[in-house]
Amino acid sequence: MTAHADAVAAVCADASLVVLCGPGGVGKTTMAAALGASMARRGRNVLVLTVDPARRLAGALGLADTGNVEVRVDLSNAAGTLTMAMIDTHASWNDMIARHAPDAATRDKVLANELYATLTSRFVHSHDYVVADRLYEAHSSGRFDLVIVDTPPSRNALSILDAPKRMQQFFGSRLLRLLTGGGQASLLNIASRPFFLVADRILGARFLQDISEFFTLFRTLEKGVVHHARGIDEVLSSPATRFVVVSSGEPVALREAKHLVGALDARGTRRAAVILNRLTPRRRTAGLDAAVGALGGGVDTLRAAGRERDARILVHALTAADRTLAAVRRETGAVATARGWSDVVFTADMRGGDPVGVGELMQLADSLERAD
Amino acid sequence: MDDKGSLATYLGRDAVGFQPVEVEPGLFVMAMNTEDSLREYLRLFVRVPVIGSLAPLARIFEFVANAAPAVKEILAIGKICHEVRENTYDLIVVDAEATGHFVAQVSAPDALMRVVQIGVVADQTAWMREILHDAARTTVVAVTTAEELPVSETIELRDRLRAATPTPIGAIVVNRVNPAFTMSADDVQAIAGAGFVDEVAAVTGARDSVAVVVDALKLAIERAGYQQSNLTDLHAAFGDDVAIRLVGEAPGESSATAPGVSKWIADQLGGADDSAR
Repeated sequence: MTAHADAVAAVCADASLVVLCGPGGVGKTTMAAALGASMARRGRNVLVLTVDPARRLAGALGLADTGNVEVRVDLSNAAGTLTMAMIDTHASWNDMIARHAPDAATRDKVLANELYATLTSRFVHSHDYVVADRLYEAHSSGRFDLVIVDTPPSRNALSILDAPKRMQQFFGSRLLRLLTGGGQASLLNIASRPFFLVADRILGARFLQDISEFFTLFRTLEKGVVHHARGIDEVLSSPATRFVVVSSGEPVALREAKHLVGALDARGTRRAAVILNRLTPRRRTAGLDAAVGALGGGVDTLRAAGRERDARILVHALTAADRTLAAVRRETGAVATARGWSDVVFTADMRGGDPVGVGELMQLADSLERAD
Repeated sequence: MDDKGSLATYLGRDAVGFQPVEVEPGLFVMAMNTEDSLREYLRLFVRVPVIGSLAPLARIFEFVANAAPAVKEILAIGKICHEVRENTYDLIVVDAEATGHFVAQVSAPDALMRVVQIGVVADQTAWMREILHDAARTTVVAVTTAEELPVSETIELRDRLRAATPTPIGAIVVNRVNPAFTMSADDVQAIAGAGFVDEVAAVTGARDSVAVVVDALKLAIERAGYQQSNLTDLHAAFGDDVAIRLVGEAPGESSATAPGVSKWIADQLGGADDSAR
């Protein structure tokens, strides 16, 4: 095994579920796919669940834009398999309703409710719950040895971890009982309470009635959903679930990554691995500092020799060099910071473009280097 | 709208709250907050006196707002529209939330109109829609970088906006463009030549140093080339309808945290239109 192969193993080898979280725009989805491709090559049957795949990557891997369709990625000569799937919130909710509805009539009534589509796309962080639900389904189906999921880049990327509990609380809440009647006081005949007076004036009685009807239907799903939520919680807190925080070396991304690491620590999860992605390639910046110093008078010398074009280019080159050096200094600091967060820190270089296709994903996984 | 403390940092302040603060002559800043916005809303439109803590009411409201489409969003967008109607400022610049959430906010009055037929909110949507749909009064400026994902998100933003509301995208700002982007094609060509380093070193000496520095430029040109291909996609998607303005990567050690950066970017935005590129 080469050193890079160990890097992927250190993150994924003893895990059955790997959750990637981090700020937006740091290559999280690509990294999830790269880890998946690499583990499939080592003989694992891997599912990569993604929320929002990069277009070109999705296109190259044959991933559909909508629906929860699983796509088997063609890996020639791989001992294992790689399957990728998008998480489509709406389709996932439909699946969930179908699964948990006590009977076909209730299912059809919920699905046909006018508020259903808008409600499911918003309430109680429904997207997070769906992601948690899908990864639980995939994980417990026994069809895969390893499930890798990249979380939506939200302000709190860990909200998928809270989603199951929040869903349980939602069903247990007094207000839901109030809204749905709960057998005693129904919403509409306690209109004298100040809140409903206000709500009524703000929203209109019809609207509250629609909501009330919808949640009355929705409550019939309680048993199934709450049971499921417990299962999801168990999987997420299992030792075979690993968390990986992905960030770039930029200060803004690092601030969010720091917040995530802190939040993960506060939950007492196993120390998360950190991947710093899109760093300046060190191999190409060795000796740059000294070189800039040595060429201090270079531009003037070129001008004096009448080499205007070369002088112009050298100005560009020195500007690029200064920026590169500043980036390297920032990134060196970022690596040191990340080492303070975790014993397991990996770095990957900035590439010319985002990986397209399996070959480039493998290259990305292979290029992961452990930071000392 | 979703202040994580960055706005205060840019302005060299400790914190920014719901009450507008004049940070420079003629420049006021505030951070959106749903509870404060609800309090103001109730006071102004429902005429319900809110004494003391709003917490219990806010908690219940939070629940209904989570459940009811567009209710939470209407509070945020309603506050903004209210300031427009009151004419408190000449111009209101909103640092909106990420794509998905923003579309829900700006189209909240449209969404509410579809589901709420009566009540104060129903009455409230008409004038908000008037403000938001009027291209002379409201415009969306999409800010992106020249990376693949942000560019495809910008195109997606336009499609989702179109589906949800008539509010148009009026301009696009592409931030953090690599400085090598401004190099002429001839100069880029010259560097690619095998003998370039030797030709320069013949005059300047220090061949190894020239080689290392030129390689740093090549790295920048690779980045610029990647950015160019993404910008081509952006131009292809928007055509000539929307002005596209490029802003270079800000100089300095820690990009995007120093107060001076906002002035630097403002200067760049004041420059010529890049849309012809």
